[in-house]
Amino acid sequence: MNMLTVSGSPHIHGDNETKKIMYGVVYAMIPAMLVSVYYFGLDALRVLLLASASAIFFEWVIQKYLIKGPVTITDGSALVTGILLAFNVPSNLPSWMVIVGALVAIGMAKMSFGGLGKNVFNPALVARVFLLISFPVQMTSWPKPHAIINGLTDAVTGPTPLGIVKEGLRAGQTMSELKPELPTYIQDLVGQMGGSMGEVSAIALILGGLYMLYRKIITWHIPVSMLLTVVIFTGILWGIDPQHYADPVFHLLTGGMLLGAIFMATDMVTSPMTHGGQIVFGIGVGVLTILIRIWGAYPEGVSFAILLMNAVVPLINRGFKPRRFGAKPGVDIKTS
Amino acid sequence: MTGRLKTFTLGGIHPEENKLSAHVPIEVLPVPKQAVIPMGQNLGAPSKPVVGRGDQVKVGQLIAEASGFISANIHSPVSGKVLKIDNILDASGYKRQGIVINVEGDEWEESIDRSDNIVEEITLDAKEIIDRVKQMGLVGMGGATFPTNVKLMPPPGKVAEYLLINGVECEPYLTSDHRLMLEKGKEILIGTKILMKALNVKTAIVGIENNKPDAINHMTELAKGFEGIEVQPLKVQYPQGGEKQLIKAVLNREVPSGKLPIEVGCVVQNVGTAYAVYEAVQKNKPLIERVVTVTGKGVRKPSNFLARIGTPIKDLVDAAEGLPESTGKIINGGPMMGKALTSLEVPVVKGSSGILLMQENESRRKPESSCIRCSKCTYVCPMGLEPFLLARVSRVGNYEMAEREMIMDCIECGSCQYTCPASIPLLDYLRLGKTMVGAIIRNRKKN
Repeated sequence: MNMLTVSGSPHIHGDNETKKIMYGVVYAMIPAMLVSVYYFGLDALRVLLLASASAIFFEWVIQKYLIKGPVTITDGSALVTGILLAFNVPSNLPSWMVIVGALVAIGMAKMSFGGLGKNVFNPALVARVFLLISFPVQMTSWPKPHAIINGLTDAVTGPTPLGIVKEGLRAGQTMSELKPELPTYIQDLVGQMGGSMGEVSAIALILGGLYMLYRKIITWHIPVSMLLTVVIFTGILWGIDPQHYADPVFHLLTGGMLLGAIFMATDMVTSPMTHGGQIVFGIGVGVLTILIRIWGAYPEGVSFAILLMNAVVPLINRGFKPRRFGAKPGVDIKTS
Repeated sequence: MTGRLKTFTLGGIHPEENKLSAHVPIEVLPVPKQAVIPMGQNLGAPSKPVVGRGDQVKVGQLIAEASGFISANIHSPVSGKVLKIDNILDASGYKRQGIVINVEGDEWEESIDRSDNIVEEITLDAKEIIDRVKQMGLVGMGGATFPTNVKLMPPPGKVAEYLLINGVECEPYLTSDHRLMLEKGKEILIGTKILMKALNVKTAIVGIENNKPDAINHMTELAKGFEGIEVQPLKVQYPQGGEKQLIKAVLNREVPSGKLPIEVGCVVQNVGTAYAVYEAVQKNKPLIERVVTVTGKGVRKPSNFLARIGTPIKDLVDAAEGLPESTGKIINGGPMMGKALTSLEVPVVKGSSGILLMQENESRRKPESSCIRCSKCTYVCPMGLEPFLLARVSRVGNYEMAEREMIMDCIECGSCQYTCPASIPLLDYLRLGKTMVGAIIRNRKKN
């Protein structure tokens, strides 16, 4: 007979695994990856591969030679960070900047906090903001999307729809004057607009989100509360003055809104643990995003909004507890 | 069954059911050669032996008596000679006091009605029923082994409105309650009637999960002949067999934190207990045997045995055609809440619902990795707790915070650990925290 194992209950384990969750996120990003390659060509592929490979490489180097602990690069978390980083930069970003971004994401935002599960801020967003502040020109020169079939060497760059609106309104133009310069909603949906690699196609992002909901990797609370807040907030402004404020649909479909709502704000590690807290978190991200978009210096505010809310997650966790069993008020007991 | 099936609303999981022995009728296991009867078979104080070495005992004879309010009598499950009263290994893994009896024949106390006829008429009054239940050493048969008579005596000022009979059997693999409902359904319902009389309640509800449609149909059919007894089918969800979850599922009432079911007018008894009540009250038979499931993926003949208390588990395993080569873990109870055993010599006790033999390849825990703060443990906790947080503060010894975060509400169902993608042994830490916080609370009360 074998040696008997003696351990505490439970003696069975479900099929949840960190690895399965991480690769689930990777699968959910496939539609957006395909769209980015379709519109931005081989350059997108270059950034995707480079960001993923260097994220994994830096995690390996740090775990093996700096921390000298177990190497966990196969758990998929570095790969997720790498792809998300690629999604958050323009497809024509120089290779060395992509590598720097991966080092910041893994080294500074993740490993220096203690590795997987310990980081306070979303690693890919930390890297994006680092790059945006360090290399503002390269980080905001957006190649215009063209399908691969239209030619591979596309060097035309242009502003994002959010940039057009921000600059236009600042220069005194009205929304109706800006309209011809903006992509149509159909173009927003499929991804025919300027922007970071992973944020252009609403449909691809929503597909990924639905897949993660189905796999129970994310819950609806953060994306829905965040997007609903954006719709209400921008809806009010637009209702008051449609000439100086963009409409809610525009805000939903442009920039990093959907990428942020579906893939960045929902990051398990850096978002609240209870549904109540998640809703508050989503509302906070939504409000901050619009404040930055409309009154801030940058045309886009999703990254900053998420990072700011990441910082208050511990507070939210303290304030929002799950509904405890037994909290329901007492009952009338009928005596027989 | 119309509309959505009832269930509890907070948390819960649905592990693979693996009810391998659901269609195997209960088989009477031969009397063992030697019976080993631990004194600590019930929740509360262990029983005190009233026989001595060399004494001749009959089946059903009192051999140990309750040593406090929350304690229970023990009767000899066999006839023969007391070999010794000594420390013996029980399911806890510790050696504790027990009575060892060398079996000679099978001679029963004459007061016990061993005939097959079903006695329906209840002649005892409420007080007599409670006394009989106490005298016959009945404890909760679902595994918690709380003395049954104590549950039948609500504290002053509290009244019972409903009696819930627990036929949920939500633990994977186990089928002893299922078989008992199919084969002793009528006796269970008479037992329920007896309990209703003792508690003076008008309505009893038998809760059964709908992975046992045959038991639901059978019990529903039988219940037509019993006034005030209803059968409530429930959606399959673990841990619905927990008292608080069952009450929530059936009546949508929530037992407040730290309180007993009587707080919301309920008393919950297991179907096995209802059957034991029938036997004790109508047949004058003490609790000396019970149905035990022997199961597992490698087991050649998954079975349900009617075994005498004190029978070594080895006898049950042998009757199920032996211990499979591949066995890596032996569990007393189900896979979610059962206890891993160190030996096959451990005897069947009043709370033994099953023996699960797990194969080597399913015996070990998966390696632990970092918490990714996915919240899954929080989503599945049926008590609305945050297991990740409780485990973390227990690990570092912050028991003050553990208490504030209501660690004592944990029912140790294991759903958190089952669902953790990082395979963190959450319940190990929670048990540690509960033990420490429990001690702190007891100390505080003393001062």
